[in-house]
Amino acid sequence: MTKPLVAIRSASKAFGEFQALKNVSLDVWPGEVLCLIGASGSGKTTLLRCINQLTVIDSGGIWLDGEMLGVREEGGKLRRLTERQIARQRLKTGMVFQRFNLFPHKTALENITEGPLQVQGRNPGEVRAEAIELLRRVGLATKADSYPSQLSGGQQQRVAIARALAMKPMLMLFDEPTSALDPELVGEVLAVMKELARSGMTMMVVTHELGFAREVADRVVYMDHGAIVEQGRACDVLGAPREERTKAFLSAVI
Amino acid sequence: MRASPTLADEFPDLSQMQIAREIHWRRWLAAAAIVVVLAAIARAFANGQIEWSYVSRFLTAKVILQGIVNTMVMAVLAMALGIVLGAVAAIMRLSPNPVLKSVAAGYTWLFRGTPLILQLLLWFNLALVFPTIGIPGLWTARAVDVMTPFLAALLGLGINQGAYTSEVMRAGMLSVDAGQYEAAQAIGMGRLRALRRIILPQAMRVVIPPLGNEFIGMVKATSLASVIQYPEVLHNAENIYYANSRVIELLIVAGCWYLVVISILTPLQMLLERHFARGTARVNR
Repeated sequence: MTKPLVAIRSASKAFGEFQALKNVSLDVWPGEVLCLIGASGSGKTTLLRCINQLTVIDSGGIWLDGEMLGVREEGGKLRRLTERQIARQRLKTGMVFQRFNLFPHKTALENITEGPLQVQGRNPGEVRAEAIELLRRVGLATKADSYPSQLSGGQQQRVAIARALAMKPMLMLFDEPTSALDPELVGEVLAVMKELARSGMTMMVVTHELGFAREVADRVVYMDHGAIVEQGRACDVLGAPREERTKAFLSAVI
Repeated sequence: MRASPTLADEFPDLSQMQIAREIHWRRWLAAAAIVVVLAAIARAFANGQIEWSYVSRFLTAKVILQGIVNTMVMAVLAMALGIVLGAVAAIMRLSPNPVLKSVAAGYTWLFRGTPLILQLLLWFNLALVFPTIGIPGLWTARAVDVMTPFLAALLGLGINQGAYTSEVMRAGMLSVDAGQYEAAQAIGMGRLRALRRIILPQAMRVVIPPLGNEFIGMVKATSLASVIQYPEVLHNAENIYYANSRVIELLIVAGCWYLVVISILTPLQMLLERHFARGTARVNR
C-alpha cells in the first residue's frame, strides 16, 4: 500500500468569528486528481492555501510527502518552523492563483525562470532550456519575451502554470484557475490542466467547472460551511449525489 | 414598430464636412497681458539697483562653481543615505516583528518631528556632548576632528531624509498587490528575497515621482548646511557678498545655479521612470 502524498487530519481555521475550516480530514494519493467544489465561503480555497502554508491552520495537522507542515515535534510540544524551513516545504507544491499573479515587471520567460534561478540557484542555461520547453508545453513558445500585460488572461494563466511547474513540484494546487477568465479563454487553460493530469501529476483543483471535474477528476470533494459534506468518484458525486446539500448546490450551479 | 435594415433618411450625410477652427480671442488677450506684466518686471529689475555685470562675472567664479559642485555632491550622497535608511525603515515598519516596527516608527517620529536646521546644529555640535568618540579599546578620536561640516551635513540631511523617504517607500510597497507577495512565497521565496526581487521593483514605479520631488527638495535643503560652514553654493555666495556687499547680485547667482541643476534633474527622472515602468501597459501598448 502506498502512502498518501497529502494527509490532512482535523484541520481547523478561523478568521476572527468566521470558521473557515471545521475539523477537515482528507487524504490525497500520488497521481490523483482531486476536485474541490462548493459555494464561495465553503472553505475549499482555505484548505488549498493551508497546504502550501499561505494560510496557517489553527489546529490539526497536515502532512505532505510524510513531512509535517509548519511545525515540528520537540519534547511532546509542537514548535513552529522558521520562515526558511517553511519556504523549503513550499517548494514541494506549485500554486496557481485565480488572478494569475504573474510578476508584471518580468517577461513570461523571466517569470518562469525566477524561482529556479533565485530560489533553487540552478544553472541558468539549463533553467532557460527547461523554461522554453515548459512554454512550448503550454502552447506559448512564441510568447517568451512578452510581458504579462501583453498577454490575454488565458495566456497569463498558462504562463502561471508553467511558472509553478518550473519548480518541479510533487503536487499542483489550482485555486479557481479559470474563474477570472472570459468564457472563450477557459478552454485553453483547462486543456493544459488535462494534459498535466494525464502526465500523472498529483493535482488539487478548486473549481466551478463541473464539466472539467467530471472529465478529469479521480475524486470530487464537496465542501460546505468549512466541512467536507460528500466525496467520491466524479460520476457518483456529480451524477448521483447522496447528500441533500450536494443536490441543492448542484441544481443551483447547473 | 417594424424593425428595418434600411436607414431612416432625415439625417444628413456629414462625412464631407470638417469642424471649423476657432480663434481663441480670450487666450490671445490673456497671453498679451502676461507678456506686458513680465516686460514690466524685467524693466523694473533692469533699472533697479542691480549691477548685472557682477552677476555675469560671479556666475562662473571658481568659488561659486566649487560651491555648486559641493551642493550636488551633498545632495546626491545625503539622498542616497536617505533612500537606504528609508527603505530599511519601510521594510521594518511592514515586518510582522513588533520590535522592528516600533524602532522604525520611533525613527520617523523623532527625525520628522524636529526641524532640519536644529538637527544639523546638533550633529555639528556633537563634540559638546561627546568630546571623544570611538570604539573602546580599538579606536578613539576627538569629536571635533571627526564631525567636520561635511559629515555633520551628510548625517543631518541623510537621516532626516530617511524619515520622510520611509513613508514614501512604505506607500510604494503597499501599492503592490498582495497577490504578488503570495506568488513569490509560492515559488519558495523568503520575505526579504520577495521584497528585493518582486515587491520593491514594482514599488519603484510608484515611488519615483515623489522621490524626485524629495530629491529636488534635498538640493535646496543643502543650503541649510551653510549654517554649519559647509561650503555649498549659498554659503560661498554669502562669503563673497560679506566681502563686496553685492548681496542681491550674488543671491541671483546662487538662484540661477539652483534653477540650472533642477532643470537638469527633471529629464533624468523621466528616464528612471521609463526604466521602472517595464511591463506596464502604458509603455508596451
